[in-house]
Amino acid sequence: MLRRVSTTVSLLAAAVLALAGCTPAEPAGAKTIKVAYQKTDSFTALDTVFQDAKKEFEAANQGVTVELQPIQANDDDYGTKLALALRSPSTAPDVFYEDTFKVRSDVDAGYLLNLDSRLKAWEDWGKFDAGAKEAGKADDGGTYAVPLGTDTRTIWYNKKVFEAAGIGLPWRPASWQDILDTARKIKASNPAVIPFNMYAGKGTGEGTVMQGFYELLYGTGAGLYDQDSKKWVVGSAGFKDSLTFLQTLYRENLAVAPADALDPNVWKKVFGDWFPQAKLGATVEGSYAPSFWQKGGNYEWPAYAQDMGVSPFPTQNGGAPGAVSMSGGWTLAVGSETKQPDLAFKFLTTALNEKNSLSFTVASSQIAVRTDVAADPGYQSANPFVKDVSSLVAVTRYRPATSDYPRISAAIQEATEAVITGTKTPEQAAGDYDTAVAGIVGGDKTIRK
Amino acid sequence: MARHHHRRQLARYLPVLLAVLLLAVFLAGPVLWAFQASLTNAGLTGRHARNPEWVGLENYQRLLQDPVFPLSLALTVLFVAGSAVLGQNILGLALAVLMRRARPAVSATVGTAVVAAWVLPEIVAAFAAYAFFSRDGTLNQLFGGLGFAEIDWLYAVPMVAVILANMWRGTAFSMLVYRAALGGVPAELTEAAHMDGAGAWQRLVFITLPVIRGSIATNLMLVTLQTLAVFTLIWVMTAGGPANGSSTLPVMAYQEAFKFGDIGYGTAVASVLILIGAVFGAAYLRLLREQKP
Repeated sequence: MLRRVSTTVSLLAAAVLALAGCTPAEPAGAKTIKVAYQKTDSFTALDTVFQDAKKEFEAANQGVTVELQPIQANDDDYGTKLALALRSPSTAPDVFYEDTFKVRSDVDAGYLLNLDSRLKAWEDWGKFDAGAKEAGKADDGGTYAVPLGTDTRTIWYNKKVFEAAGIGLPWRPASWQDILDTARKIKASNPAVIPFNMYAGKGTGEGTVMQGFYELLYGTGAGLYDQDSKKWVVGSAGFKDSLTFLQTLYRENLAVAPADALDPNVWKKVFGDWFPQAKLGATVEGSYAPSFWQKGGNYEWPAYAQDMGVSPFPTQNGGAPGAVSMSGGWTLAVGSETKQPDLAFKFLTTALNEKNSLSFTVASSQIAVRTDVAADPGYQSANPFVKDVSSLVAVTRYRPATSDYPRISAAIQEATEAVITGTKTPEQAAGDYDTAVAGIVGGDKTIRK
Repeated sequence: MARHHHRRQLARYLPVLLAVLLLAVFLAGPVLWAFQASLTNAGLTGRHARNPEWVGLENYQRLLQDPVFPLSLALTVLFVAGSAVLGQNILGLALAVLMRRARPAVSATVGTAVVAAWVLPEIVAAFAAYAFFSRDGTLNQLFGGLGFAEIDWLYAVPMVAVILANMWRGTAFSMLVYRAALGGVPAELTEAAHMDGAGAWQRLVFITLPVIRGSIATNLMLVTLQTLAVFTLIWVMTAGGPANGSSTLPVMAYQEAFKFGDIGYGTAVASVLILIGAVFGAAYLRLLREQKP
C-alpha cells in the first residue's frame, strides 16, 4: 500500500515538473520578444526577413529569445486576428506587422507604443523617406510605426494582346475615354480576351477600392475625405461618374464577368492564368505585381519582363497632374503593453536595417522607403518596372485612415457591386452610399461637394 | 441511516449539478457576455476598443434602421424553413420510410451515402459544395452534358445553392432520428389498419405520424437550432453575396463584428439570433408537451 502511494506521489511530481517545463515562466534573466506577422503561401518574404533578423538579434543579445508568430491569413483576416490579439495585454505581441491604414485607429485603441524618443536616437531614421514616415504618424503628431516599404498602383498591360489588336506601344491612355476606346478595340479584335479589368464588389475587399475605384474617383477632382474640414465628401459628381465608368466597363463585357469579379480569388486568375496566357489585355494593380511572376514567386512567368507593360492610370479628362495612383504599405510597430520596450524596439531596428530592408524590398517588389536601399543597384535592377512604379510616388494618394474608414470602404465596395451586377443605377448606388456615410460618421461629419 | 440516505440523494443529483455548471460556463456565459457587449460600443480597434462605453439600446435602434437587417432576417427564415424544416426534415422522413421497405443492400448503400455528407467536417463539406455549385463545377458539367444551359448558381441563385447544400449536409441527421422512431411504431397497429383497408398513405398519415409525433418535434427543434447557426457553409460558398443576396444573420454578425470591427453592433445581431432560437425552442417544447396525455 505504502509503495503504491509513493509511486503515485512520484508520478505526480514528475507530471508537475513536466508541466512546469511547459509554462511560460522562465529562469531569471531570460527574456522573450514575441513577433506577429503575416505569412501566406504566396507571401513568404517577410518570414524570411524575420528568420534572418531573429538569428542576427539573438546572436547580438545573449539570453533573449525571439519568438516568431507567423499568422496564416489574407490581409483582411490578418488585421482581424491581430486586433483580437492586441485587445488583451496577455496575448499582445511585442513587435508586429501593421497595415499603414490601421495605424491611426490602432493608436486610438491604445495598441501602439509611441516611438518618438527612441527614433530620435536611431541613426538610420534619417535615411527614411519623409513622405513614407507620414504613414506611421497618428493624429497627435507622434510616430508609432516604422514603414517597411510602400507601393503604388498602375495599369499593367499585356503587350502581345495589344499588338494583336493593332494598338500602338508603348500605350499611355490620356483619359477614361482612351481606356474605353482601347478596350473596345481589343474586344472587337478578339472577343475571347478580357480587354480591361478593374476590381469591383465586396469579393475583392480592399482591393476593389485600392486597385480600382479610387484611381477613378481621385481622377475626377472629387475626393473621399476633405482634409481641411475633416469631413467625408458626399453627393459628388465624381463619385457617380466613377460608378458610371465601372458600369460601362462591365455592361459592355470589357471587364470580367460580374460573377468572376465577386470571386475573392479573381486576382489569382489575373496573375496566374489570364496574363501569362494572354487572355487579359490590362488591369489596374499594385506595383508589387512582379513579385508574383519573378523567380520564386507564386506564378513564375519569366516572359513577364518582355510581355508586360505599365502605364499610369489617367485622370478623367486628362487634367493635371495627368495620373492617379494610390499607396498603402506596411509598417512594424511595438505593442504598447510590451514588458521590454527597449528590446522590442531594438529588434524592430534589426529587422529594418539596410541589409534586411533591401532583401525584403526586392523579394516582395516593394518601393523602397530607405534612401540607401533605393540607391542600391540590387534594388534598381530587381525588375524592369522599378523606375516606372516608383515615379508614381509623385502623384500618389493615401487613404484617410480614420477609425471609420473600414466601414466607408465597405460602403463603396457595396456601391460598386450594386452597379456591376445591375441591381442599381450609378445614381441610386451613389445615393445609398451618401446615406450609408451619414449613418456611419453622422450627418454633421459629411460635406456636399 | 437518514444521513446515509441524504448523502445518496446528493450523489444522485451530482451529475445534474455538473451539467448545470457546464451549461452555465459554456452556454449562459457567452450568451450573457454577447448580450452585455451588445449594449456597448465595443470595437476591434479605435478609441472604443479597450474602453467601451455603455450605450443602452442604441445598437438595437440602429439595427431597426439598417436596410440589411430585414433582408438578413428574411433570408435566415428562408434558409431555416427551406433547408431544415422542409428540406432536411421531410427528406429525412421520406428516406427513412422508403428505406424500411427497400432491400437491405439498397438501404445500406443509401444510408452510407447520406451519412457521409453528415460526418464531413463543416469546412470540408463547404468546399465540396462550393466545387459542386461553382461555375465550372460538377453540377454545371452535369447540366451541360444533358444539354441544359449552365446556371451560375452561386451568383444567380445563391440562396437556392446554400439551401440545397445544407439539405445535402444535414439530411442524414433527420433520417437517423426517423429510422429509430419508425422502428418503435408497434407493428400490430399498422397491421390492424391494413386489415381495415387503409392504404399506405393513410397508414402513414393517421397511424405512423401521430405515433412518432414526439420524435418529429425533437427533430424539428434540433435541425432548426443547428441551421440557425450555420455560418461556415455560407461563408465559404458565397460570403453572403452577391449584394447581400445570401447574408443570413450569422454572416451579418460576423461581418459587423470582425470585418468592420464593430463588436457592439455585431453582438446585437447575434443576440437577435439567440432570441429567435429561443422562440423556436419554446414553440417546439410546447408541441412536445401537448402530445403527452
